[in-house]
Amino acid sequence: MNLKDLLSPFYVWQRAFEKPLTSLRPIEERPGAPRYRGFHINEVGTCVGCGTCKLICQNHAIDMVEVEGLEPRGGDSGLRPRFDYGRCCWCALCVDICPTSSLRMSNQYAWLTDDPDEFRFVAGVDAKSWNAHELGYRRDKDYHLVPTKRLEMPMVPPGEGLKSFDEVVKGYSAEQAKLEADRCIECGICVATCPAHMEVPDYIRTVREGDLEEGLRILYRTNPFSATCGRICTHRCEEVCPVGAQGDPLAIRWLKRYIVDQVPLADYRRILGDEIPTESGKKVAIIGAGPGGMSAAYYLRKRGHAVTVYETQQKGGGMLRYGVPSYRLPDDQLDKDIDYIVSLGVEVKYGTKVGVDVQFTELLEGFDAVYIGTGVNVPTKMRVNGEDHPRVLSGPQVLSDVAKGKDPGVGKNIAVIGGGNVAMDCARVSRRLGAEVTILYRRRIEDMPADSEEIHESQAEGCRIVQRAIPVEILRAESDAQVTIKWGEAEMVPDPKGGRPRPVLQEDRVHEDTFDSIISAIGQAGDYGFIPVAERDKLEIKWGKLLPRDYQHTTLEKVFVGGDIANDVADAISAIEDGHHAARGIHQLLAGTAEAGVERKP
Amino acid sequence: MTEATATGAPGSLSGDSTLDLSSGKYIKVWQGPQHPGITGNMSLELVVCGDEVVECKTHVGYLHRGFEKLMERRTFIQNFTMVCRIAVPEPTFNEYLYAAAVEDLAGIQVPERAVWLRTLNLEMMRLASFLMWLGGSGASFGLYTIPQWAVAHRDFVLDLFEEVTGSRIYHMYIVPGGVRAGLPDGFKERATDVMIRIEKMLGEVERIVFHNAVFKKRAKGLGIITPEMVDHYGIVGPNARAAGVARDLRKDEPYLAYGDLDFEVATGTASDAYERAWVRFQEIHQSIALIRQMIERMPMDGPFQAPVPNVLHWKIPAGETYVKAECTRGEYGYYLVTDGSEYLRRIHVRGPSYTHAVALMEKLAVGTNIADISGLMVSLHTYPPEIER
Repeated sequence: MNLKDLLSPFYVWQRAFEKPLTSLRPIEERPGAPRYRGFHINEVGTCVGCGTCKLICQNHAIDMVEVEGLEPRGGDSGLRPRFDYGRCCWCALCVDICPTSSLRMSNQYAWLTDDPDEFRFVAGVDAKSWNAHELGYRRDKDYHLVPTKRLEMPMVPPGEGLKSFDEVVKGYSAEQAKLEADRCIECGICVATCPAHMEVPDYIRTVREGDLEEGLRILYRTNPFSATCGRICTHRCEEVCPVGAQGDPLAIRWLKRYIVDQVPLADYRRILGDEIPTESGKKVAIIGAGPGGMSAAYYLRKRGHAVTVYETQQKGGGMLRYGVPSYRLPDDQLDKDIDYIVSLGVEVKYGTKVGVDVQFTELLEGFDAVYIGTGVNVPTKMRVNGEDHPRVLSGPQVLSDVAKGKDPGVGKNIAVIGGGNVAMDCARVSRRLGAEVTILYRRRIEDMPADSEEIHESQAEGCRIVQRAIPVEILRAESDAQVTIKWGEAEMVPDPKGGRPRPVLQEDRVHEDTFDSIISAIGQAGDYGFIPVAERDKLEIKWGKLLPRDYQHTTLEKVFVGGDIANDVADAISAIEDGHHAARGIHQLLAGTAEAGVERKP
Repeated sequence: MTEATATGAPGSLSGDSTLDLSSGKYIKVWQGPQHPGITGNMSLELVVCGDEVVECKTHVGYLHRGFEKLMERRTFIQNFTMVCRIAVPEPTFNEYLYAAAVEDLAGIQVPERAVWLRTLNLEMMRLASFLMWLGGSGASFGLYTIPQWAVAHRDFVLDLFEEVTGSRIYHMYIVPGGVRAGLPDGFKERATDVMIRIEKMLGEVERIVFHNAVFKKRAKGLGIITPEMVDHYGIVGPNARAAGVARDLRKDEPYLAYGDLDFEVATGTASDAYERAWVRFQEIHQSIALIRQMIERMPMDGPFQAPVPNVLHWKIPAGETYVKAECTRGEYGYYLVTDGSEYLRRIHVRGPSYTHAVALMEKLAVGTNIADISGLMVSLHTYPPEIER
């Protein structure tokens, strides 16, 4: 030991004259770092209430609760997360997993209150001093806990696709399907959005776990047209899938298709276990073998009722067969769905038109219930002068001719009027027949009611889309084999009431173009000619649609209705749900009892 | 004074004590679990003759939270928020080892930038943890100024953690697949500033602690670990290095970016409490040097997270793995077993405190003055929370 060792401890005194390191809270505030994981903030307008935050929270600190005054939009559960700070550990996994990035944290970390119940609050809804804070933890844009990219669907290249009517979409391999199914967050927003309320997360789980037989059983609980819907469904589920907020939504439609593609028709009966129950002795007539009518037939037959379907065409499927080209929905896939339904003992009378071959009143007398699923087949008029020109073709007619193997004779240079799926199908079919195609649509591409895939694929296949083009008049061309259309450019005028913008014709910008033919595909309407006037007067028909009541019941006691003729959505999945729901209603009528748990969800 | 029995266990524990406890010569002293000289919630049952400890029995069980079992019922991503709580003063080593084990089993390659960010975090953690030990070390020898300085400067490191990870203590930053974010703007300047302040403080501490007659007199010769004891007791880290055993996983089996970094393993010879403190003091300087190297050399852009499957139903193929890293106290290991499901089949966390604070402490306490028990315990640098997962 030396003198230095005795003296050196006294150096501590030199710090006595330095500024202290401690801060003077609460006189001086010390804000948390910009990334600090402080109190939760939820942007309620962005949040869709998917509940993934609740799912990942290992402390069970999050409840999903209803919020007063919150008007749920489409694709919104209407619930919002409520945090319990007696449980929260501020790990921020809820922020990391939040698909919409609506959830984040403020950098505020001190909160004093004498009411412990206050520590349970609905973030972003309950007024909190930090709700407007900009600083605080957010998920980094490069950091994801759920893969954001959809597995790319193998497709026939556009150039190849044009050479034939073979299916363009090839379908996922087992490995691809599993990877895609892995992206599901199981929130169920899709279930609420699907018109048929298909149990999407449940059948996606069967893909993930490789139990496709269970998957098929789940599909058939709500949809006997799964091979079809797995190809051409309008997939509103995907539009609302929260996973899409950070990247691509789940390929729900393709996963459904994957399940059905893997199971051969011969195994259906064994897997689904559909034994025909004891015959009820009741008879049901169904008019139209489209998706709605055949769905009704399937669910009625399973309940033991004798079902007879009347179909004008030589084959079933309705618009699925005669309106959807085979490169999107091959005939054998549609046959797979229909054949299974027929195999349960459903009688289908093809080539039998109600009102001609058999009278509507005969059905009313001879059957215990009648379901009308005739769809809409009368093309809507453009309401411009000269549209009865022979070179103006109807869209549905063109598609139907092609489906039956007839040449619709569109010519080499054609125009398609419209922006829906029928218009896109007409355009793509015409491309396959060797025509140059121009699509004229009165609004913008983003306003088109057609599926986005259809629009993109049309463009990829070389169809030219002219936006904001309003037909003004159809004129005779120099040659009778051609037709001239006068069309004007439109400006989009915002709707003062907040609706969608309206196209307004600009009189000074009108053009004339000549084509070999013009395909009008702006919509169709129902035909009630087969119903005798006496009965027709008792039905409620508004804007061309037959109004259904509970369980798709009409005002006539025995008559139910569904599909395009009864709903404004006019797509296959809505028709299937109408048919399913009508089957419940018809069964109640015939059995005289209400089935438990079949109230239709909104 | 008693001899250790043949098994090496103290006689009062094994029941073959030669001491006549009712003779009036001995007093039993219960030190802990709230005694400030104990490094966390554990206690020592001491038999004292005069002021000399003749027997020591350790008691744990005050901190058992059952993490290993809890983790068998949580998904792989949920567990990442739990592991940091296993060793409170050193969460980052747990975060890294858990992530590394999961990545090993799931076959995930972590991107380069994440490797560097993880190494940086681990060294910042080492620095913060050692500063806390420095405070405890000073206090347990009666130098009460040192904890105030050391812990205040540890807070500057925690400030850095706060801006990188979003939290001061439970960082939850190293996530399976990578890390949660890159470095914020201006981090390099602020980190450099903190390193300068800490070095200034360390200069003063060296003078006040290591050249302090009281500290020297009490710490020198206290709790000598012979090189033969090192493997016998499973001693690792600075405790072993102070005995001249130059073992350091960062050097011996380089993980993360340590293979690219320039540093020497600090060792000592005397192997008493003073020497162990001195080795740790060198490692504090070493940490600062490593942090400086890293903020100069690490890549500042590129991905910091490898793609992971959807964590909500992440299944990992059946397998087992043991991963290890050099924490402030030596080798820290995670053993994970998976069975192909969404949950861990088994996880075992092995920290160095287990041997240091139980078997070794019981051995070294014997013959020590009771006033030096705290100093001895701190000189072994043990964390009861990691003994009791």
